[in-house]
Formats: sequence, C-alpha cells, structure tokens
Amino acid sequence: MSAVLLIAGRELRAYLRSPLGAIVVSGLLLMTGILFYIFGLNAEKLLSAEVLRQFFYNASGPILIACPLLSMRLVAEERQTGTLTLLHTAPIRGWHIVLGKFLSAFGVIALATVLTAYMPALIFVNGKVSLGHILVGYTGLLLLGAAAMSIGLFASTVARSQVVAVVVSALILAPLVTLWLLAKVTDPPLSGFLAALSLHHENFRPFMEGVLELQHVVYYLAVTGFFLLASTQVLEARRWR
Amino acid sequence: MIQIEGLYKYYGTTRAVGPIDLQVSAGEVVGLLGENGAGKSTTLRVLACELLPSAGRVKVDGHDVVDDPDAVRASIGYLPDKPPLYPEMTVREYLGFAARLRGVARADTPARVAAAAEQAALTSELDAVIGALSHGFQQRVGIAQAIVHRPRFVVLDEPISGLDPRQIVEMRRLIRGLAGEHTVLISSHILSEISQTCDRLLVIRDGEIVADDTEEAIVQRTLGGARIRLLASGLTAERLATLTSAVPQATLLSSQEEAGCLRLELTSPEDVRARLARWVVESGAELLEIGRSEHELERVFMRLASPEQAS
Repeated sequence: MSAVLLIAGRELRAYLRSPLGAIVVSGLLLMTGILFYIFGLNAEKLLSAEVLRQFFYNASGPILIACPLLSMRLVAEERQTGTLTLLHTAPIRGWHIVLGKFLSAFGVIALATVLTAYMPALIFVNGKVSLGHILVGYTGLLLLGAAAMSIGLFASTVARSQVVAVVVSALILAPLVTLWLLAKVTDPPLSGFLAALSLHHENFRPFMEGVLELQHVVYYLAVTGFFLLASTQVLEARRWR
Repeated sequence: MIQIEGLYKYYGTTRAVGPIDLQVSAGEVVGLLGENGAGKSTTLRVLACELLPSAGRVKVDGHDVVDDPDAVRASIGYLPDKPPLYPEMTVREYLGFAARLRGVARADTPARVAAAAEQAALTSELDAVIGALSHGFQQRVGIAQAIVHRPRFVVLDEPISGLDPRQIVEMRRLIRGLAGEHTVLISSHILSEISQTCDRLLVIRDGEIVADDTEEAIVQRTLGGARIRLLASGLTAERLATLTSAVPQATLLSSQEEAGCLRLELTSPEDVRARLARWVVESGAELLEIGRSEHELERVFMRLASPEQAS
C-alpha cells in the first residue's frame, strides 16, 4: 500500500506544480459558478430544493469534462517521456501504479468538487434545504467523478499520447452518458437495461434529489472498479511482453 | 551473478536478440558493444525485467526474471538509454521517490539519497529542479537513481551518449567508482569509453554475441596481434635493421620520417612494448612515444560488429 501512496503523492505534487491542475480546477469552478448563476439565482422563482437539485445537475457536466482533461496525462505522458520505465522496472505491481494514479487524480477532482460547496451553502443559509440533501448530492458528484476518472485513466493507459487519451475518454464517456436517450426509444426489457447502464440520468438523478439508494452507489463503484481493473490489465500486459 | 542461457527475444516475427549465452560474475564491469539495432538495449531491458524473454532463461542472483521478477527488480539498478526523469521534481525528491519505490525504508531514504548523490557528484545539485539541469547532470541523476537502493547489479544503457568530453571523463570516473560494490553491465557504441571503463567486452551483432573477452584478448584474436606505434629521434637505418634480431616477435609494418624523427608501426602477437623501448634506448636513440595503436579497437569493432563494412 505504501507504493500506492508514494505514487499518489508524487502525482498530486505534479498536479500542483503544473498549470494543468490549476487550469482545469479553475475552469470547473468558473463553469459551475456561471451555470449556478444562470439556472439557480437568475431563474424564475424556484423552491430551494429545486435550486439545489439544479445545482447538482449543472455541476455534473463540468465534472464529466474535467475528468478526461485531468486523467489524460496519468500514463500517456509517462509513456511519452519514458518515465514509465522507472515504474515498470521497480518491484511494484501494476495495480499499485493504477491505484496511486487514480487516487491522485480523484483527489484533485474531489477538491474541485468540494470547492463548489459555497453555492449549496448559499442555498442552505438563504433557503430551506436539508444538510442530508447536500451531502447526498455531493456523494453523487464524487461517485460520478470517480467513475469518469477511472474511464479517463483507462483511456490514458491504452493511448499513446495525451490527445488520443482525451479522444478515447470522450468515445467511452459520451455513449455511457447518453444511454438514457437510447433507453427512451427502445422497448422493455432493453430500455430498462440501457437506462440502468447509463452513467448519468437513471443512476445520478436520485443523488440530485437527495435520495441515497444503494443500487446506484454500487453502480458507480462497479464502473470505477471495472475500469481500474481494465487499466491494470492493460498496463501489466504492456509492461511484461 | 548474472546467468543468461539461450535467450531469444522476438518482436512479432522479427528476432531482435538470440541466441545469447552469458555469465557475469560479481564485481565485474562488463561492456556491451554493438551497432545501433544490434540488440544491446533489448538484452538489457530483458535483464531489467521490462521485457519478457521469448525463450531461454535469465537469472540474476539465482532469481529467474520470469518466475520471480520482483526479486530481480529489487536487486538491479537500471538506467535506460533515455533517463526516466520527472523534470518538475528536485534531485532530492526524485532520488527519494526512486529509493522508496525500490523498497528503501522511509527512515533510511535521506541517507541513501545523500550517499547516491555523493557517488554521482550531485551533492551541490540536490535541491535543483531536474528540468533546469544540464544534460550531463541529468545523466548523473539517472545513474544516481539506479544506485540509490544499493543494488548488487547496475545496468546502464548508453550512459555516455550525448556528453561533452569533460562530462565523459567525469562519467568514466563515476562508472569505474561503481566497480567492486556493484556488478556493472554497460552498453555503448563509443568504443574508447568501453575500452577504458570495462574489464571485459561483449560484442553483439544481429542479436548474437560474437566476441566475449578482455579487450586485449579480443584484439589479439581478431587482428592476430597488437599494433604498436613508436616515435623515436636519432634512430638510424643501420640500427633499424637490428630490430628483427632484437625483438623477433615484432614485424615492422611501416616507417616514416616525421619532423626529424622516425615513426614506426609494428605488429606483434604479444605485448612487446617494454622490449621495444629497451631496444630504442640501447641503440642510443631517444624514445619520444610508444603505445598501442589508437584505432585498434575500432578495427576490431568493424570486423566483428559489421564485417560487411570492414571488408
């Protein structure tokens, strides 16, 4: 486990020292702030809970965009610069590398997500919303961020360059996010199956409403676990061939 | 000890290396010499557990690279042809990271970092950002990361590549300093460096080792004897005629006037420099210069590594 934390610490410092982390985090905060102003503060009169619900919906978009941008460098950059050799020739396992890198990138997106808390705090102070609704909404955002980050990490593991990593991330994320649209035009039981697989609507909506349901938590954890496992397999296969 | 038996490495259907059979004993400094694409880096990458061998057995201190790669990785320090450096880190942070990655305890890390930095003459640069260092210093950081965990075996792929003459001299000193505590396997296509740094040479061609011995033995076997250059003043033609009787092993290849002196080039199946020097002095002439031919190893390399070009 110490190798995981060692790699996570190095990656986290790399984010803090490079402009990429600051640009992506500030871009995310700016986008969520603008969306909150347009759809939350400037809209017609809404109940506090509806404003909060809209905030979580709006915040999910920038998070889905930020994750591939943050994760693109994780493995692809190391492959491009040759530093992956240092990790590959050390007595550590592929999962150490994958988990360490995931934790660092997830730490950055979690930090950016938490920094948006001043907006729900405004609603909490000036309106009537429960603390539970806010906490469940943030749980949803963090789970969505973890799933999107694991997909971005997988893309960075398979791609030869950072640009390709972003494209691969988008090619995986876009269909997963829009599966609910396909679910709408198909018949049961296929529609139910597609809706259950959707990265956003069916699985994210309860968190927006402040409802914590185990099946949706399990869904996001399963997606995260699946792509972390896939990343480990790809990394090991390329390390030892 | 490093033991390689029947090693083959294929990339798809292309044979990059093989068959290779090799043993490297503890404390040796062995040079791997070959043209670009001959298979030097592939051999070293297999040894460093970065590449899986297609066939054969590779053992480091009794640990097989396929069955027990983590034990091999822990006992080897590896510098690839491009040093794996994080430019945003300081030298101290980077060496500490490399040490911890190879299992050095947190409490021992500062001492190990300081020792590796001292060995690589990097102490003054410990707090410098790697990206701001010169190529020579970056190369040293690469070597320091390879020795920071005190591995028994150090594998260096082209460590001298791209360095200026002063840096080459310093690097030669550094690599020679590793001998004894570490067993060193170094690849290069810079012949003079290999010959001055290593105890034993391996010449690799088309993925196969075509010569494995000391420099002198390889030269002797390939060229049929050592070439000796001699510069003397006051050596008369009559005296030169006595060379065959004085040093019968030596064969005169050429003699030419050079600024009032006589330059001789000779060949001999054994090292007769001492006897030649004595012969010059006893003849009443002044010995200005005597030594092995500078381009000897180049000729050997051309014959062994690329026979088509040599012919």
